Amino acid sequence: MSEYILEMKDICKSFPGVKALDHVSLQLKPGHVHSLMGENGAGKSTLMKCLFGIYKKDEGQIIYDGEEVTISDPFDALQKGIAMVHQELMPIRDRSIAENIYCGRYPVKKIGPIKVIDHEKMNSDAQALLDDLGLGFKATEKLGTLTASQMQLVEIAKAVSADAKIIILDEPTSSLTLKEVDKLFEIIRRLTAKGCGVIYISHKMDEILQISDEVTIMRDGQYIGTWPSDELTTEFIIAKEVGRELKDLYPPKINTPGETIFEVKDFDSVLDNSFKDCSFSVRKGEIFGVAGLVGAQRTELMEAIYGLRGITSGTVYYNGQTLKIKNPEDAINNGIALITEDRRGNGIFGVLSISDNVAVASLNDYLLFRVMLDHKKIGEVVDKSIQELSIKTPSAKTQIKNLSGGNQQKVIISRWLAKEPEVLIMDEPTRGIDVGAKYEIYSIIGRLASEGKTIIVVSSEMPELIGICDRIMVMCEGRITGIVEGEDMNQEKIMELSTKFMG
Amino acid sequence: MSEKVSKEKKFDIVQFLVNNALIILIVSSAIFVGLQNPRFFSMANIKNLLANTSVRMVIALGISGVLIMRNNDLSAGRQVGLAGCICATLLQRADYASKVYPNLTPPNMWLVCILVMIGFALTFGVINGLVVTKLHVPAFIGTYGMQTIVYGIALIFTGAQPIGGLINEYTEWASGSFLGIQLIPNLAIITAIVMLVMWFLYNHTPYGKKMYAIGGNPDAAEVSGINTTRMTIVSYMIAAALFALAGFMLAAKAGGTSSNLANGYELFAIAGCTIGGVSVNGGTGKVSGILMGVLVFEILKIEMTFLGIDTAWTYIVQGIVIVVAIALDIRKYIAKK
Ligand SMILES: Nc1ncnc2c1ncn2[C@@H]1O[C@H](COP(=O)(O)OP(=O)(O)OP(=O)(O)O)[C@@H](O)[C@H]1O
Ligand SMILES: [Mg+2]
Repeated sequence: MSEYILEMKDICKSFPGVKALDHVSLQLKPGHVHSLMGENGAGKSTLMKCLFGIYKKDEGQIIYDGEEVTISDPFDALQKGIAMVHQELMPIRDRSIAENIYCGRYPVKKIGPIKVIDHEKMNSDAQALLDDLGLGFKATEKLGTLTASQMQLVEIAKAVSADAKIIILDEPTSSLTLKEVDKLFEIIRRLTAKGCGVIYISHKMDEILQISDEVTIMRDGQYIGTWPSDELTTEFIIAKEVGRELKDLYPPKINTPGETIFEVKDFDSVLDNSFKDCSFSVRKGEIFGVAGLVGAQRTELMEAIYGLRGITSGTVYYNGQTLKIKNPEDAINNGIALITEDRRGNGIFGVLSISDNVAVASLNDYLLFRVMLDHKKIGEVVDKSIQELSIKTPSAKTQIKNLSGGNQQKVIISRWLAKEPEVLIMDEPTRGIDVGAKYEIYSIIGRLASEGKTIIVVSSEMPELIGICDRIMVMCEGRITGIVEGEDMNQEKIMELSTKFMG
Repeated sequence: MSEKVSKEKKFDIVQFLVNNALIILIVSSAIFVGLQNPRFFSMANIKNLLANTSVRMVIALGISGVLIMRNNDLSAGRQVGLAGCICATLLQRADYASKVYPNLTPPNMWLVCILVMIGFALTFGVINGLVVTKLHVPAFIGTYGMQTIVYGIALIFTGAQPIGGLINEYTEWASGSFLGIQLIPNLAIITAIVMLVMWFLYNHTPYGKKMYAIGGNPDAAEVSGINTTRMTIVSYMIAAALFALAGFMLAAKAGGTSSNLANGYELFAIAGCTIGGVSVNGGTGKVSGILMGVLVFEILKIEMTFLGIDTAWTYIVQGIVIVVAIALDIRKYIAKK
């Protein structure tokens, strides 16, 4: 027997207009964590989907457990002992956690000649699994009662319960808190101790260096190489991913904040356990960061300002004038835009083209004779966005759901750039985005601010906020615990404020 | 290697057949029936087909906007029926014995048509829209309620009596041909105009783009500043106006009406839309596709009459066609792996 549990050799896969995989190889040893890295659209998810039977590979071999196999569909993959946690979650919110874990392979019992689902066994098994993994959820609870990051943990529990020999984790930590990431790593270590092989996809360097044994890097659908992780440095990975030297992670500052222009006063949520007494003000041309741990209610506050959530009190002022914002339409008409955190949920229009996805918020800016859309002008705007943000796509007519996660995010950013808002709120703008594209997005943020736009960036990545912001506001459990600038903009100070009310 | 190439070629043929299944089905069956009975290709028959299709197409277009936004309108058929009854009542000959309103002299028929369209949009359209958006009643149920309400109104309005004796101008217009061209009924001109307007609306205006956006992802639409409530209400208003127009056309074409006019037409309209690529999950659908969908039904119905198939059987065949046509056509829209 070979030393590998899985070998993928010379895998090729094309979609109309794109060669997503071009002779890519990957070798996984049992008990190892093998990380897969590469820019957005490099083909990481596609390679894994070929392994999991979602896509059919055009060419190449998959050798699993010493034998060449063909995997026809995900069910087949699970039967063979391959489990996958997807980049885009597919939770069934209205069913219990236990049902989500055992979906499609419910335990059954016999009542006479009829097979029925054994709910008791399912619930107790699920509970045992959750307890074993140290996740404090009740198995009978509806999945929808959990937060996004908790759902992700359930999804991971589901993969573990499949008793697989290979587990694929496609960007599992994109919405996890630091504590939850530790939990996940603990789970991974237990799996590998049992001899299970883990394929791990992430854009977060520190995680990769911490957890993996080997790292394979891809670029534009091509295999670049595989290295043991203790030989790697962040700089080396970035250079291989991007294909060139990337000197700094953050562009030089070019904006100079002016007078205070955007004010938020006394925001109180209709919900008891959400934000309370929130007031802050931002200057013209300022990049204003909002830090805090997941659950600090930053998203909720921003969405309330934008008219998406109910408030019992709260006023927004721009240039000294009170803005009446009842819904997003009002906010947009007053020059405020929000890039939401939940890309799939309320960001993209999956079945629509990139062009429609970019133009949707600014349709009234492209009118001919006041009624008719100027398709030529829209086309120009869209082409410009594709170029400026280097969105990887065969054409502007491609459905957005066919783009890689990071490229979808860039399309949404283009949507709001096209609208040219005065105040742009960005909630986790670089989630799931590769280093090169992050740099591009930071540059855009800097450019907008230098043009006198007001930018608010919500992020869970402290280094990112410190790297680009003029000031950072910190929240904890729904309240603003402080605003730091200058010398005080450091991890320790921010961490201290983020946990102010925690035991 | 060469084996592979031939495989790909074969695949393309299958692909072609699948993509054009409907057209192939229509054309081949028409040729078959035409060979059996040459009168199938006569002027009169084709004109008849176009006239039938015209009315159904207006209804399908009305409902399409609602469907694309992931809603539904089960009151379509009954709205068409009531509109037909109202138009017929207003346009009865002054000397007709059992006139519903004996003292009324028939006004201009186009004025009637436009007033009924506006009236329907402002009542049934607005109410349907409000029930779905403000009261959060699922569209399927909310418009089912409207269906029975509208039927009740039609019964009261007509006293459950058939209405005949329409003014000549009205019925002659409906049976007449455009500029004397035998093949093209006047009704088809109205439908062509409606199609053009809807095509323009769907493809070249913000309304259309917003409609597809709401169908594609309602939450994202809201975040993008689209007023989904207003859009939904407007979609029901446009639908109601088109149902009224269809009623106006249908009553004239039939030369008289009863409260049962157009009963159940909504399901044919929905099926036609679906065959034509309007996704039940919202966000897709084109005017040309809808025309194909509606045509399939109408051609098939006429073919069966020509073949002398028993009415009971035509229902069975129609049912099969709905399922088979959608199963065939939906393949075009299913993502390929
Ligand atoms: N179903 C599909 N149809 C067409 N093109 C696709 C499809 N799925 C993926 N692609 C294309 O294949 C390429 C690789 O995409 P993939 O999702 O594998 O990237 P990725 O490395 O996972 O990126 P990310 O880090 O952004 O998740 C992209 O160019 C994408 O547009
Ligand atoms: Mg991916």
